[in-house]
Amino acid sequence: MNEHEVNEMKKLLQRAVKATGQAEPQRDLWPAMLRKLSEKAVRVPWWDWVLLAGTSLVLCFFPGMVPALLYHL
Amino acid sequence: MELLERFAAGDEQAFESLFRQYQGEVYRWALRIVRNSAAAEDLTIETFWRAYRAHARFDTKTGNCAGWLRRIATNAALDFLRRDRREVALPEDLREEERTALPAEQAELRRKIFAALDQLSPKLRVAAVLALIEEEPYEKIGEALGISANAVKVRVFRAVRILRKELAEAGVQP
Repeated sequence: MNEHEVNEMKKLLQRAVKATGQAEPQRDLWPAMLRKLSEKAVRVPWWDWVLLAGTSLVLCFFPGMVPALLYHL
Repeated sequence: MELLERFAAGDEQAFESLFRQYQGEVYRWALRIVRNSAAAEDLTIETFWRAYRAHARFDTKTGNCAGWLRRIATNAALDFLRRDRREVALPEDLREEERTALPAEQAELRRKIFAALDQLSPKLRVAAVLALIEEEPYEKIGEALGISANAVKVRVFRAVRILRKELAEAGVQP
């Protein structure tokens, strides 16, 4: 393999495939970026759901702990 | 405070300014790799999302924001090529009317070339497309891939060897 073969391949590829040049996005991407930022911002980590489920279970079985929990909140 | 320093400190207005300043450049880089405008738009947003999350790691001393974003975009594009390549109608470098106006022989050559490019691993494909079709310098490709210019050259040589073999089997001689 040498530079000559690389150049031959380059010519062949360029005969069939155009370089993309100075293309621009077809729309303003900022609104989509904002949507992505807000989607990710409200995502709750799975561990928080586990904690919430665990707390709910404990409170179901030991309702007497509710006033103590409220006191500490 | 400079824009890049404000971005690195987590300032959202600075992030928006950087987004507006660099979105075209990131889009074009992604388009050069994936050759599909819708995928390139998604990758632009993914790139800036990753940059936003990693703002604290941006090195304000070098100040090379375009290079940093190209590196992130290249990684996002590699992930895309590994994951979604088969699901997206690639490539899209010609408009529909240009594609239908192609002589049968030229259309067949394009089909064979893209079939051969599909045989390359994503890493080789990125190096080959950027170096051979887009004629980007090895140094710039290396910076985007996180490897040296020599390593890019090696990837291009390996890609050319595979392409020659695949195209020869399809009856195409460079």
